[in-house]
Amino acid sequence: MLEVNHINSFYGKAHVLRDLSLDVPRGKVVALLGRNGAGKSTTMKSIMQLVRPQSGSVMFQGQQITGLLPHKVAKMGIGYVPEDRRIFTDLTVSENLVVGQQPPREGAVTWTEDMLFDLFPNLAERRNNRGKALSGGEQQMLTIARTLMGNPLFVLLDEPSEGVAPVIVEQMARVIQQLKSEGLTVLLSEQNLHFAQAVADMAVIIESGERAFHGTLAELNAQPEVRDAFLAA
Amino acid sequence: MEFFVAQILTGLANASSLFLVACGLSLIFGVTRIVNFAHGSLYMLGAYIGLTLMETLPGHVGFWGSILLAGIAVGLIGVVIEMLVLRPVYRAPELFQLVATFGVILVIQDLALMIWGPEDQLGPRAPGLRGVFRIMGEPIPKYDIVLLIITPIIALALWYMMARTRLGVLVRAATQDREMVGALGVNQAWLFTGVFALGSALAGLGGALQLPKGGADLLMDFTILTPVFVVVVIGGMGSLPGAYLAAIIISVLNVFGVTYIPQSTLVLMFLVMIVVLMIRPYGLFGREEVAGEHGQVGEPEEPIKPASRQTRLIVAAGLVLLALLPLIGSNFALVLSTDILIFCLFAASLHFLLGLGGMVSFGHAAYYGGGAYVAALLVTWTNTPMELAFLLAPFGAGLAAIIIGWVCLRLTGVYFAMLTLAFAQLLWSLVWQWQDVTGGDDGLVNIWPSDWLNNNTAFFYFALLFSVGGILVLRHVAHSPFGYALRAARDSQRQAEATGIDTQRVKLLAFTFAGFMGGLAGALFVFSKGSVFPNELEIVRSFDALIVVFLGGVKTLAGGVVGAAFFKGVEDILTRFEYWRLVMGLLIIFVVVVAPEGIVGSLRRAARRIGLGKEQPS
Ligand SMILES: Nc1ncnc2c1ncn2[C@@H]1O[C@H](COP(=O)(O)OP(=O)(O)OP(=O)(O)O)[C@@H](O)[C@H]1O
Ligand SMILES: [Mg+2]
Repeated sequence: MLEVNHINSFYGKAHVLRDLSLDVPRGKVVALLGRNGAGKSTTMKSIMQLVRPQSGSVMFQGQQITGLLPHKVAKMGIGYVPEDRRIFTDLTVSENLVVGQQPPREGAVTWTEDMLFDLFPNLAERRNNRGKALSGGEQQMLTIARTLMGNPLFVLLDEPSEGVAPVIVEQMARVIQQLKSEGLTVLLSEQNLHFAQAVADMAVIIESGERAFHGTLAELNAQPEVRDAFLAA
Repeated sequence: MEFFVAQILTGLANASSLFLVACGLSLIFGVTRIVNFAHGSLYMLGAYIGLTLMETLPGHVGFWGSILLAGIAVGLIGVVIEMLVLRPVYRAPELFQLVATFGVILVIQDLALMIWGPEDQLGPRAPGLRGVFRIMGEPIPKYDIVLLIITPIIALALWYMMARTRLGVLVRAATQDREMVGALGVNQAWLFTGVFALGSALAGLGGALQLPKGGADLLMDFTILTPVFVVVVIGGMGSLPGAYLAAIIISVLNVFGVTYIPQSTLVLMFLVMIVVLMIRPYGLFGREEVAGEHGQVGEPEEPIKPASRQTRLIVAAGLVLLALLPLIGSNFALVLSTDILIFCLFAASLHFLLGLGGMVSFGHAAYYGGGAYVAALLVTWTNTPMELAFLLAPFGAGLAAIIIGWVCLRLTGVYFAMLTLAFAQLLWSLVWQWQDVTGGDDGLVNIWPSDWLNNNTAFFYFALLFSVGGILVLRHVAHSPFGYALRAARDSQRQAEATGIDTQRVKLLAFTFAGFMGGLAGALFVFSKGSVFPNELEIVRSFDALIVVFLGGVKTLAGGVVGAAFFKGVEDILTRFEYWRLVMGLLIIFVVVVAPEGIVGSLRRAARRIGLGKEQPS
């Protein structure tokens, strides 16, 4: 469904992604693994065109998306859940969802506020609270819910387990499994291997912006030396 | 008691236009992060367009319809400005868009002059609302009462739009993190245009609504700008309730000021603003500015480096040419060159503050005009010899800069910029209103240099010495350890502090030094002209310097100087034509759109492209 072909991305003069390629098949959850600063978030941003790859291409459902503006990429059905959450802290929970709202899309679930409150019951009680009043876990749920309001076909999830309590991480894993069973395709960046193993079908490891491994999780588990070399304990 | 109520009612009625214009400005800033200096011009257009429409459309419907149509028309003009001028420069470095809006001011000034002529126009009375109502025995114009009622209604409608509609939610979200809004599928370009149109329409509406109380003239763009900035800053950038409350505070204050202390109404406004900001640095309802907003990834700064031999040679050759000018050039060329030299020093001092220190001051004229006035006051009132007055002037300006800097540096970003503007305006209003000492509008005259300097050639050399000397000192400081500390403080306050730099102190020192150098330029100016008027302290003068620095290029040391020389030169040629503002404005917009790195930056890039100059190792 999503193909990243040999992209090179920069921040100013810093070369962050080097000739990176990866593939996310329809209906699968692919984990993007790597240490701090490996380039996971940059990969996500390069797909979203928030950072423009200077060479290489990104294809979504057979169409070129390199060079499009981020809102066009979103309109094609790609949802983006950023790592630092970036919820609108001055807006209420409901208003945050309104920002994410997009028209129904063929082949995707059409989400409503109520459906999302079923998925994340904690948010339901908080619907009229401002974003800044939410806990870290609630904020994380809200970012995901906000992105789902756009009825995406494919979601970029950047470290959803970062800095949230273990109970919430478990809840998050259940949510991802449920979304996957409803047909959503996901690229998930993670440092928490345990979490990735609970939800992902395949894994890509990047190290210093280069791909160091790709294959199924079973394959990764069969090569503990790769796992230990590239992932922090 | 009755009198108080009447005063307050008048104040509330006056708040109407102020509120509309201010909340337009605030909305635009919130979403686009652009301080739209042309907002006063849109207000002026609203007044003129409203006037023209009222002349053609009869009766009640005609009158109110004209106001509405004027708002809509100005909204459409806003769309044009946004799409043609601002859209190409959203990706340019922060605040560069300002310069584009200066260009727009100039263009609109001349268009208004062409279409409506130079005479002030009186606004028509609102049909059916000619007389006064008596409230507690005091006469209140009927139109005031109508304004009193309309304004809260408009405010409520706006509030409803912002609070309850999807558009309002998007605007508020974009105010906080517009990149994220884009990533969620909202077309930012469309949102920006929409907000700009709305903000412009509000300004136009404000201009048309005040017609029966005032009228239309070609100065109203700048006249409204100052109180509007004050209102926006007091209320908090981006806050509607803040703008409303602040507009009322300022207007009521003004009405009382006019009654009780007519000599210092302007000063009063700024004092209130300064007090509010001391207590609530981000205004009554403002949000703290977050440095390094999401999505502001710019080109990395090129390290500044000592001039290459090539550059040194060119500069030296230029200086020799300048030194020979009195032998070859005409008298006129000497006077013009003196002007340019002085302006270069002024611009270089702002460049130091802005480019190296990262402190965008909207009120640098305070030190330039301040220096000029210090010298002029010393000569006028204490018969100080010219030489001494000339030497003391920069210190006077530096002293002002220490005090103002100390207050302003508690803030950053646009609040800092606004506060510097407020202080500059405070000085301006002091000079303007304190006639006994400063001569007010009549200025101070007969401030000639001593005999040995009192001819164009001698003064040219004098100006050459001090301007070039001043610029070299600025350069030298930029390359000194202090310059490094300053840049460190600009790029990362936290890191700089971790290495033991007291960033606040470094910034205050830089601010003072820039003020000192600005004062030196002002002192040169006053003796070159023999007089000084309040307009040397005006916003326009601060803007001139800003334009020049941005046009020249913020990131290069030569930027200020090259920009100043270019600007003065062009201005001198253009001012011979009737509609020079139009051409100048278009030229500024053109440079901004095609050369967003400024003249020097773009020349360098071009030079590098064709293989001249060395590529930076990466
Ligand atoms: N805005 C930026 N400007 C400059 N460099 C950046 C920027 N963002 C990230 N980098 C650098 O790019 C590299 C990759 O960063 P990225 O955020 O993609 O890593 P990551 O794998 O997501 O790390 P983490 O696990 O910490 O989130 C890092 O070396 C980082 O320092
Ligand atoms: Mg990351």
